[in-house]
Amino acid sequence: MIVAERKPLEQIEAMAGDFEKILVVGCGTCVAVCMAGGEKEVELLAAQLRMKAKLDGRERVVDEITITRQCDTEYLDQLEKHIDRYDAVISAACGAGVQFLAGRFDDKIVLPALNTLFIGVAEGAGVWTQRCIACEDCILDQTGGICPMTICAKNLLNGPCGGTDHGKCEVDADNDCAWTLIYKKLEKLGRLDSMREIQPPKDFSVMAKPGKYTHAAFEAAQDEEEQSDG
Amino acid sequence: MASAFRSAFSEKDFVVTAEIGPPKGTDIAQMIHHIDLIKDKVDALNVTDNQSSVMRIGSLAVCRLILDRGGEPILQLTCRDRNRLALQSELLSAAVLGVNNVLCLTGDYVSVGDHPQARPVFDLDSVQLLQTVGLLNDGTDLSGAELQGATNFFPGAVVTPEADPIEPQMIKFEKKIAAGAKFIQTQAIYDLENFKRFMEKAGRDGVKIMAGIVLLVSAGMARYMNKNVPGIFVPEELIDEMSTASKDDRIETGIRIAGRMIRQLREEKMCDGVHIMAIGKEERVPDILDAAA
Repeated sequence: MIVAERKPLEQIEAMAGDFEKILVVGCGTCVAVCMAGGEKEVELLAAQLRMKAKLDGRERVVDEITITRQCDTEYLDQLEKHIDRYDAVISAACGAGVQFLAGRFDDKIVLPALNTLFIGVAEGAGVWTQRCIACEDCILDQTGGICPMTICAKNLLNGPCGGTDHGKCEVDADNDCAWTLIYKKLEKLGRLDSMREIQPPKDFSVMAKPGKYTHAAFEAAQDEEEQSDG
Repeated sequence: MASAFRSAFSEKDFVVTAEIGPPKGTDIAQMIHHIDLIKDKVDALNVTDNQSSVMRIGSLAVCRLILDRGGEPILQLTCRDRNRLALQSELLSAAVLGVNNVLCLTGDYVSVGDHPQARPVFDLDSVQLLQTVGLLNDGTDLSGAELQGATNFFPGAVVTPEADPIEPQMIKFEKKIAAGAKFIQTQAIYDLENFKRFMEKAGRDGVKIMAGIVLLVSAGMARYMNKNVPGIFVPEELIDEMSTASKDDRIETGIRIAGRMIRQLREEKMCDGVHIMAIGKEERVPDILDAAA
C-alpha cells in the first residue's frame, strides 16, 4: 500500500491561511491504514484547524468528510454536492489522490495535508517499511523475494558494495544490507546460482514519467471509443 | 598506446601502486609535489574520484597532469556521480588523453560526504561498468553502436578481503573478473594470515591481485577504522605496537609496519603487488618503500 505521514500542523495552517470555509477530505484506503489521512485523522485535523482559528479570533468553518478512495472518480463524485460551499479543500490523500481531486474539481483550491512516503508494508504496530519503488520490471524471482532496487541504498544489481558491514548498510547502520539478506535467502532456497549470474544494466526507459497503464481487457474497448470519437 | 601498468605485471613479480587524492580547490602545488616525489618509485598512481563523496578536482584531470609529468595514472571511476552516458563519455575522454588504466568502483554513498543532499546516481554498478569498459575496448558502446575508434583500457576492480560475511563479497568478486577485471586492488589489509586465506579462495587465474596498504599513523586511527570502516580489521598486536611507540615515533612505527607487511607479501609471493594508500601522508610513500626494501 501507499504509506504517508501527515504534514506538521503549522505547515497545513500556513496553507489554509485566510480561507474561511474549508473542507477536509479524508481517504479511506491506504492512508487510513497507516493512520495519516483516514476518518479519525481528518476529524482531528479539522478540530485543530478550528481551534487555531478560534484562538486567533478568526472566522473559519472547517468541515470534514472521508470518502472510500480519492484515486477513483466514482468516489470523488460524492463530493459534488458539498464542495461548492467551501473556499478551499484540504485533501488528506496521497499525492495521487490530491491531484485527482484537484483535477476533478478544477476551479477549487486543493491543498495537500500529507507527505507521501513510499509503497510499503506494515512491519509492526505503527511501523511501515518501503518494499517497492515501482521500477516496472520485477526481478524478485532472482533475488529470493528481496528487492535490491528498494532495499539497497545504491540499487546495486550484482551483489554488495564495500560498505556492507556485518549484514548492515554503510548508509545507515540500522538498515540491513540488501545483498546479505539476498545471499542468505538464496542460500536457504538452494538458489545461489541466480546471484552468480551477471545482471545487465537496468532499463530505466520503462520508468519514463508519467506512467500509464491500460489493462489488456480494456485496450480494445478504448481503441474503439477513440475511433468513434475521431 | 598500451598501458605501461599492464606491462609491469609481465615484467616483474611484484607491482607497486600508490594513491593520489586530488584537493578541493585549484591550488595543486602540494599534490604536484607528491606526484613528483612518488611517480618514478611506483608502477602507477591511482587518482581517486571524489573520494569519500567529498567534491574535489576530478580524477581525469589529475591523471592527465600525471602523464604530463611522466607518470603512469590509473583513473578511478565510481558509479555514484555519473549515469551511463557520462561514464562512457568520461572513458572516451580518458582514452584520448592517453589514460589507459581504469579502476571501476561502486563509490561511497553521497550521505558520507560533503554534499549529502545530492542525488545519488548508481545507474550502473561496478560489474556493469567493467562490462562497459570491455565493450568500449571492443569498439562498441552500451547501446550497441559502433565507436569511431575503440579504447584500449586495462580495467581493474576492488575487493574487500575482510568483508563480513565474505561469501556474497566473493560472488561479486568472481563476477567482476567474469566482467573483465584484469587487476584487483584490495581494501586495506593488516592481518596477513586472513589475507592468505582470502588469496586461497580468490585464486589468481587471469587476474593480478594487489594488497591494499593503508599507513597507520596512530593506535587511535587503527581503533577508529576497526569500529567505523566496513571491511577493515587491524589486529590487536598492531594496535599495541602503535600504542607503545612514543609520540615522535608513531608515524615511523606505522611506516615500519607497512614496510614489513609489503616485504612479507613480496617475499612469500602472496600476491602480485601492493597498492599503498598513505591518505594525507603521501610525503612518506618513499619511506614506506624504503622500509619494504
